[in-house]
Amino acid sequence: MVAITEAVRPSPPSPSSGSMRFIARLFRDKPLGAFGFVICVIFLFCGLFADLLAPYGYNQISPLNRLKPPSEKFWLGTDNLGRDMLSRCLYGAQLSVIIGLSAAALATVVSVFIGIVSGYIGGKLDMVMQRFVDAWMSFPDLIILIVVVSVVGPGMGPVIVILGLLYGIGGSRIIRGAVLSVRENAYVHAAQSTGASLPRILWRHILPNVMAPVIVLFTTRVGAVILAESGLAFLGLGVPPPAPTWGGMLSGSGRSFMYLAPWLALAPGLCITIVVYSINVFGDALRDLLDPRMRGSR
Amino acid sequence: MHAYIIRRVLALIPTLIFASLIVFITVRLIPGDVIDMMLSTNDIGADKKSREQLEAALGLDQPVYFQYFRWIGALLFEGSLGKSLWQNTSVMEDILHRLPLTFELGLMAMIVALIVGIPIGVYSAVAQDTLGDYVTRSFAILALALPGFWVGTLVMVFPSIWWGWSPDVKLTPFTEDPLRQMGQMLIPALILGKAFSAVVMRLTRTMMLEVMRQDYIRTALAKGLATRTTILRHALRNALIPVVTLVGLQAPVLFGGAVILEQIFVIPGMGLLLLEAVSQRDYPIITGVFLIVGVAVVFINLLVDLSYGLLDPKVRYR
Repeated sequence: MVAITEAVRPSPPSPSSGSMRFIARLFRDKPLGAFGFVICVIFLFCGLFADLLAPYGYNQISPLNRLKPPSEKFWLGTDNLGRDMLSRCLYGAQLSVIIGLSAAALATVVSVFIGIVSGYIGGKLDMVMQRFVDAWMSFPDLIILIVVVSVVGPGMGPVIVILGLLYGIGGSRIIRGAVLSVRENAYVHAAQSTGASLPRILWRHILPNVMAPVIVLFTTRVGAVILAESGLAFLGLGVPPPAPTWGGMLSGSGRSFMYLAPWLALAPGLCITIVVYSINVFGDALRDLLDPRMRGSR
Repeated sequence: MHAYIIRRVLALIPTLIFASLIVFITVRLIPGDVIDMMLSTNDIGADKKSREQLEAALGLDQPVYFQYFRWIGALLFEGSLGKSLWQNTSVMEDILHRLPLTFELGLMAMIVALIVGIPIGVYSAVAQDTLGDYVTRSFAILALALPGFWVGTLVMVFPSIWWGWSPDVKLTPFTEDPLRQMGQMLIPALILGKAFSAVVMRLTRTMMLEVMRQDYIRTALAKGLATRTTILRHALRNALIPVVTLVGLQAPVLFGGAVILEQIFVIPGMGLLLLEAVSQRDYPIITGVFLIVGVAVVFINLLVDLSYGLLDPKVRYR
């Protein structure tokens, strides 16, 4: 008797074996996505351990080594103040990791909140919220960013909060769409008829079933945030210097020296492109594997 | 059709009200004091005008709701967005003066994107899962990841080092020599259109794949119609309808990208006006540009929706 119940009850899958299986599937079915994943891991590693990896400080000025081309001592050359470009790019990765992850996390929370409330409750509230989202989405991201930074002032905190809110409101559409299709499932009706409270239904029944688009949304938002932050830094409205943001390294005082030292123009741009490209292909693969409904959408 | 147009125009009203509120709230109410920002650092004008003068000039000495209605009333009844704080010029005139250049840049970018994106998307769909398909799709994702400001920087720096050539930084007025001016705008337009063309390509491909599986395509092929004619006449026409919607969705992205490219290539459009205003903390101009860009995008989307009604009978008669 005991043996039968044991056999019938499926053993709960351990989370680590699940994610290992998922990674194996990623490598088997989506080689480009797997490539993106590997680069993302390297990027995360560089960001987390920039202090250990960087041969010099990000603002370590060395007048004797101004504008040195790439060499054994300075792999990516030095800038107009003699600062090592490799170290600055590594510390730039650190800033991008911090801003990318925290702004994308905030954006996802905002998207989930608006999407679930608007999609599940529906009715007039949904209509008003959606008209607001419509209006919000008619403003270009970069212009909202520029205007808000002009009021609040530049800095890491403001940039994270603004990017988080900005992409959070825009992304709520995707979550709302997913909620609308989950809302009519039998288990949700069952929960409603047993008198489950609204927060319980949202938290226990709706949220777990829209996790796939939530994860995909978070991943793609990291890329979007890094790209937007670098654009903002390029315009001199991001984290102020001497912080080594990738976008900032392509603008400001260094810009006039690029004609003498073209390597200054290459490394930061390559960093942005490779990281954003990798996040995008990884995000695409994740979407195809996790959430077939979203295939083909962006 | 008339009922559809009227319904669509009426739906615009709440969106525009929200848009004006977003602009107003963003500039006036979020934490961080506009006046402090103006008086801090070594902004120009900090020594020219006192705190009280600035508050009065910005209307900040009145209650918030009053400020909003005065601002929106002046816009609706007088077509006025106030005056520049430092130049004392009309903000509306400044914007209308700069707007055509930004529109031209956006329009050129859009044309570039469609010319590049649609044929490649069709090719990629017809050659699905071949090497060519993979290569074009990878390039499309790459185009989305390439920051416009970096490509712009490379275009400024490397041709100058290698061949001593660099793009003109003095834009010829359109009225003086239209061809020359459009030639000067071509490089920024190409860079601005790059990401858009990738989006167009991806959507065209997806839609072509979907349409090619429809019965009427099978019928066309079965009755012996040439593959080429089937693809161009029957499939592409239907696949392109959603691409039209993209134009509306991408309009804000183009406006945003234009700001950066106008900065790099010194094109005196709205983007450059905004950046100049930000560096001088000229809030009436900042607010004005912010609002006009939002309203422009709302109207572009209206036009897109209406043209959608013309293209797709299903929408018209609903």
